[in-house]
Amino acid sequence: MIVEIGHFALILAACVALVQGVLPLAGTAFDHQRWQALARPSAAVQFLLIAFSFGVLAHGALTDDFSIKYIAEHSNSLLPAQYKFASVWGGHEGSLLLWMLMLSGWTVSVALFSRTLPLAMVARVIGILGLVSTGFLMFILTTSSPFERLLPAAPDGRDLNPLLQDPGLVIHPPMLYMGYVGFSVAFAFSVAALMSGRMDAAWARWSRPWTVVAWIFMTAGIALGSWWAYYELGWGGWWFWDPVENASLMPWLFGTALIHALMVTDKRGGFKAWSVLLAIGAFSLSLLGTFLVRSGVLTSVHAFASDPKRGVFILIFLALVVGISLTLFAWRAPKATLGGKIGLVSRESMLLVNSVLLVVATGAVLLGTVYPLIVDALNLGKLSVGAPYFNAVFVPLMVPVVFLMVPGGISHWRESRLKELGQDMLVPAIAAVLAGLAVWTLTERGSWLTAMGTALAVWVVVGLVMQIVARLQKPGRIAPSFWGMHLAHLGIAVVVVGITMVKGYEVERDVRMGLNDTVSIENYSFELTGVSQVDGPNYKAIRAEFKVSKDGQFLELMKPEKRKYFSSAMPMTEAAIDTGLFRDLYLSLGEAIEGSTPQWSVRVFYKPFVSWIWYGAILMVLGGLFAVSDRRYRNSAASVA
Amino acid sequence: MKPRHQRFLLITLGVAALAVAGMFVLNAFQSNLVFFFTPTQVSNGEAPKGRAFRVGGMVKEGSLVKDGENVQFVITDFAHDVPVVYKGLLPDLFKEGKGVVAQGKLSQDNGFAASEVLAKHDENYMPPEAKHALDEAAASRAAKSVMPSK
Repeated sequence: MIVEIGHFALILAACVALVQGVLPLAGTAFDHQRWQALARPSAAVQFLLIAFSFGVLAHGALTDDFSIKYIAEHSNSLLPAQYKFASVWGGHEGSLLLWMLMLSGWTVSVALFSRTLPLAMVARVIGILGLVSTGFLMFILTTSSPFERLLPAAPDGRDLNPLLQDPGLVIHPPMLYMGYVGFSVAFAFSVAALMSGRMDAAWARWSRPWTVVAWIFMTAGIALGSWWAYYELGWGGWWFWDPVENASLMPWLFGTALIHALMVTDKRGGFKAWSVLLAIGAFSLSLLGTFLVRSGVLTSVHAFASDPKRGVFILIFLALVVGISLTLFAWRAPKATLGGKIGLVSRESMLLVNSVLLVVATGAVLLGTVYPLIVDALNLGKLSVGAPYFNAVFVPLMVPVVFLMVPGGISHWRESRLKELGQDMLVPAIAAVLAGLAVWTLTERGSWLTAMGTALAVWVVVGLVMQIVARLQKPGRIAPSFWGMHLAHLGIAVVVVGITMVKGYEVERDVRMGLNDTVSIENYSFELTGVSQVDGPNYKAIRAEFKVSKDGQFLELMKPEKRKYFSSAMPMTEAAIDTGLFRDLYLSLGEAIEGSTPQWSVRVFYKPFVSWIWYGAILMVLGGLFAVSDRRYRNSAASVA
Repeated sequence: MKPRHQRFLLITLGVAALAVAGMFVLNAFQSNLVFFFTPTQVSNGEAPKGRAFRVGGMVKEGSLVKDGENVQFVITDFAHDVPVVYKGLLPDLFKEGKGVVAQGKLSQDNGFAASEVLAKHDENYMPPEAKHALDEAAASRAAKSVMPSK
């Protein structure tokens, strides 16, 4: 009974969403204050209804209600409680419900934190979010309801995909979704600005903190996903250019460009049309990501659905969003006033170049991701675009982006003197060149690529230290957003170090080992000392034990496993990883090799600096948090209003 | 420089940079496309020599020979076979009688030297390319049985 109430709440939520989408917008068109005032309460009611129906599904999962088809397909009575909860978004229907929960959560936060905004603006923003929400609720109700019953109820559930039974995966999808969905707020603000016809800088200031928060979640979500792939898949890789990863990277790149463009719009009144376009693009790419991941066009661990109706629905929805907002853009954007004059060498020009490069990189990733799907859909054959393409394209496009971070930070708004800029960049340039040369010549496997990566990282770090020193010498309170920017940029440098080192110096060995065999990498040696059977709550495993020594000194025991889950025949590699600040040791156990003496295939990795990739992401997230904590956003919003 | 000249220079530089980036992207794209061929197409000689491609189908029952890291097996679409050699660890879900996709190049003796055997995440999942190969072969067999032989 409670399940049906949950379903009913979702239907009610769709009705409320329609009200929220239509009346406030109509209210702004006809200047009807009462209708505009409906925006906030309807957003709150919608949120409560969706939260209730999400709670019903979660309750069903936690209490093993296998009469719900969705729960029966994605959970199991043996599953630990946290994974039962995670199974709520372990499949297509539930993950869409989570999407909706977050969209309504974002909407309600806009309603709460927009007291200083003019009512018409709030009505427009919440109205647009209401329309988006109506579309998604219709999608859930017509094609993918999670509340379908199974009669008779299944005796037990089919279990959550063992790959997803992992603490990282409990929080990765919600984080990523918060990011995807969060860009809807930036989208709503910019479309609201187009509708109002007042393309001033105020909307940019209002939407900046929202965009940064969405970007923070997105960054964290992508980093978590990459970390999960690293330790869970047993291949030691951390980025595969899988279409699903690309689907999250594309809105992130646009979001990054958007954050910077919005800053120019807010502070200098420039880039207005460009910011609007980026906001529309970021949200459209989020929708495209949802389509790619959830429609079943890509068959992987992420793709749940195989019902073509679902894919078509999202595709039509995407076409509507892009089509309507771009039409509106073409109609209204020419009214946008231009900002102040921009010099050839100025902060604006470098931000512009960087945001264009980020857009080009997104285009390149999009081409490689979508082209095979289009060719396949048109029946022109089957092909794939592999990692070499993405590496060949992405790296050269990102090098100038990282390079320009330093002169972009140093140079002034409007116009900088080339000579002054050159003098300021002299120290970081010398430091970078020296560091690059040192790495190239002094390390055994140094190459121009590792030299360039190191030089870039040193360039950014020295550059930002100099900017901080220069700022400290000036009087006045330093705003948190200043620290936020430099923390995030430091994060980029740290990521660059991680990628450069692991690409340049990692060692991988595939070996066959019997008991008491030893394999050595760098100054570490790994001795296989034992293999045993282990029973887990819902799996059996073979566990190997390795004695790890460094320079002959005993260091630790590492225990990689090969697991077999009861509910599926599929074996799972559970790698053993020793994480350090400067290197990871990574062991993954392959299959047993039959013979007179038992042997196992083993994969051993030595990965220098690999964890810096995720430390860098943490710094970026912290930087984002500092930036949104800036009181200027709140006060200035009040003063503009 | 006058502001007008400066703006002109800025736009020209921007367009030039975009054009270079675009050319460079398309060039990399062209040289990294990996086409897919079915075992039937491979044995008909349709697959390129000297360029990497993918082949998919079923791992033929009883064809798997392991010598440490050196692995040999046969990919079949039940019409034609392609012998494959591979060096390295096989993915968790690699099994005889299951779907597989391998990427690599043709070797001298018309075998296939795989550089990568694709790992998939789900036991119930059939790589779409492998399924496509089986469907094609089955369709052509069906067509042959209907058509009168010459």
